[in-house]
Amino acid sequence: MKQEYTLSIFTENHIGMLHRVTIIFTRRHINIESITASQSEVEGIHRYTIVIREELEQVQKVVKQIEKQVDVIRAHYHKTDELIYQEIALYKLSVSAIRDGLGIETIIRENNARLLTIEKDHLIIEKTGHKEETAELFEKLKPFGIVEFVRSGRVAIMKDTVNEFEKLEYNEEV
Amino acid sequence: MKGSEFSSAGNLKGTYSFPDNFNPELNKPAKVSGAEAIIKSLLMEGVETIFGYPGGAIMPVYDALYDYRDKVNHVLTRHEQGAVHAAQGYARASGKVGVCFATSGPGATNLITGIADAFIDSTPLVCITGQVGSFLLGTDAFQETDVVGISMPVTKWNYQVTNAEEIPTAIANAFYIAKSGRPGPVVIDITKDAQFSEFVYYYQSAKKIRSYQPKPKLNIEQVKAAATLINKSEKPLVLFGQGVSLSGADTEFRKFIEKTGIPAAWTLLGISSLPTTHPLNVGMLGMHGNYGPNKLTNEADLIIAIGMRFDDRVTGDLKRYATNAKIIHIEIDDAEIDKNVKTDVAVHADAKEALTSLVNFVDKKNHEKWLSSFNTLYDEEFDQVISKEIKPDAGKLRMAEVVKKLSEKTPDDTIVVTDVGQHQMVTARYFEHSGKSLSITSGGLGTMGFCLPASMGAKIGSTDKSVLAIIGDGGFQMTIQELATIAQYKIGIKIVVLNNQFLGMVRQWQELFFESRYSFTEMTNPDFVKIADGFGIPGRRLDQREHLDSSIDEMLSTEGPYFLEVMVEQEDNVFPMVPTGASVSEIRLS
Repeated sequence: MKQEYTLSIFTENHIGMLHRVTIIFTRRHINIESITASQSEVEGIHRYTIVIREELEQVQKVVKQIEKQVDVIRAHYHKTDELIYQEIALYKLSVSAIRDGLGIETIIRENNARLLTIEKDHLIIEKTGHKEETAELFEKLKPFGIVEFVRSGRVAIMKDTVNEFEKLEYNEEV
Repeated sequence: MKGSEFSSAGNLKGTYSFPDNFNPELNKPAKVSGAEAIIKSLLMEGVETIFGYPGGAIMPVYDALYDYRDKVNHVLTRHEQGAVHAAQGYARASGKVGVCFATSGPGATNLITGIADAFIDSTPLVCITGQVGSFLLGTDAFQETDVVGISMPVTKWNYQVTNAEEIPTAIANAFYIAKSGRPGPVVIDITKDAQFSEFVYYYQSAKKIRSYQPKPKLNIEQVKAAATLINKSEKPLVLFGQGVSLSGADTEFRKFIEKTGIPAAWTLLGISSLPTTHPLNVGMLGMHGNYGPNKLTNEADLIIAIGMRFDDRVTGDLKRYATNAKIIHIEIDDAEIDKNVKTDVAVHADAKEALTSLVNFVDKKNHEKWLSSFNTLYDEEFDQVISKEIKPDAGKLRMAEVVKKLSEKTPDDTIVVTDVGQHQMVTARYFEHSGKSLSITSGGLGTMGFCLPASMGAKIGSTDKSVLAIIGDGGFQMTIQELATIAQYKIGIKIVVLNNQFLGMVRQWQELFFESRYSFTEMTNPDFVKIADGFGIPGRRLDQREHLDSSIDEMLSTEGPYFLEVMVEQEDNVFPMVPTGASVSEIRLS
């Protein structure tokens, strides 16, 4: 059965690394639902968070293929309930949405969103949360006319603590 | 440069070790160009031969090479595909890393087929490609291609150098990655400005890379669990692949099967690790393998797979594969474990280390009755297939009888190189391996055109061995231009083209599965002997059985390269055969 899995991948920060990782999905005809890349807590080591919908067995094989890459330090997969995760969404609306006094302030407050800026013509609202939450806010803001919408990929941290970098330590000379 | 000047360590099927011909003079810190640094670094890694083809973006490297002609051999092939296949043949014959050079753009893209072949067949290569100047990257400059992007899916590692100072580290890492763990090809793409610019050179070989663990630590619990299954088993079957020879474990492997008395069957690339006549050798697995090991895979109660990857050509329909067996998989590459076949016990380790340990925990046994069931099936196969192939009563020569005769007449330590197709399967089936011989073929990728350049690389990598190239008429024409390389460097390989004037394997499938609709498989060939003669290679065409002996004798007694064209039965089929989608136990004898 296909399910949502989140992959955490720790790599060296080299040009082309992301490509090396993503072609592993392409080759197996797996669609990437979301992807985020950033520096990890260790300088020079990058962390990718990739969300896919797949069968467990296929996910396990893909993770092994990723971990096999020379510049990948570690890769693992998690079911959604093993993670604390967030996404961030930005909504650009016409400034008239506020002027019309149709209760947009209440919507922002009730949804734990915030108003980032008001420009001459537009205002920008930010909401951090799970996909369902940012989608819900999207629906609520729709009547005001959403000019632009963007949602980030997932960032996720495991609930359990593991030493990500043990591989760096036990790697011995051959 | 003459062919006879080639020297070789002749380290057949050996494990990789760091070169002992380190020249400290070469490594005195000194200001050099990036191009010269490349050559010096190759020398530091003990490289003796480079296969390559010059062009615009790699000209500084070739210019630097000119001053090192006395220290390293360069073989100018006639196509970059020839260079990379030659490097593959060299690597597989010598046990060292194969090295090739190509220029940017088309030079580099012409390497891709060979790199993909080396990747799937675990062959250590370092391919150095020239690239346009770094200031031109991404501008669609003349002969610019994204070589790093193109080669990424088929390399173990690749890297683009835009700064000369990175050259020593990049090359050191390239060699370390190519040869360690499960070997594979590496591409280093070096921009022209990095080749020109000067820096203070100093070389240090790589001993570790923090993100890379080539050799897993042997887990003794896994070994013990494997031994328990082996000791309990009534009908065990060993399947061995190239991992045995890649880890230098031929001896340990033999000790293991001889102690346990377990019948052993081989994959196409495992073939030469066990003599054909060894009493426990029960033959080839898979689509055109032997009757016994295929049929009995589904009767075995235990499969012990060593250094092989359960390719679909070996397993047939996975749902009906090894249906009664528990599976032990000894494998260095974790990604291969549970990839195609679910294991009961995985031993994630180097084959040599695993077998060295495992042999201590297994009981001494013999499985006479089980082994005899293989022999019974072999007799059946012999009566229905083999006897007619190796001793036909009449008609044209058949591939099998030619291969059998070549096998009898060539020395025990011959390196036999094949291309892809019917002749490849026939050679695998009928060429007898002595334990000293070596087989080199394109297994995973099935690259037509592989054989001719690979066999010249094999000869250069192992000059003291006789090298026999067996090729079909189709594959021969895919890299036929390398005859010029063979002639120029006097590479003494013996070339046998088995000519059926068809793309034989495709024709066989058309006959069996496409109602004999021979769609574009018939070939009108040129006069190959005349062509060989034009290149300066002596040869002969053979079409009569009574001349088979004398033609082979003439070929083997001729100094240097020789070309023998054998006209064979046009519509011969290779049997047994496991049809696609069938279970291995549904193997057909006709």
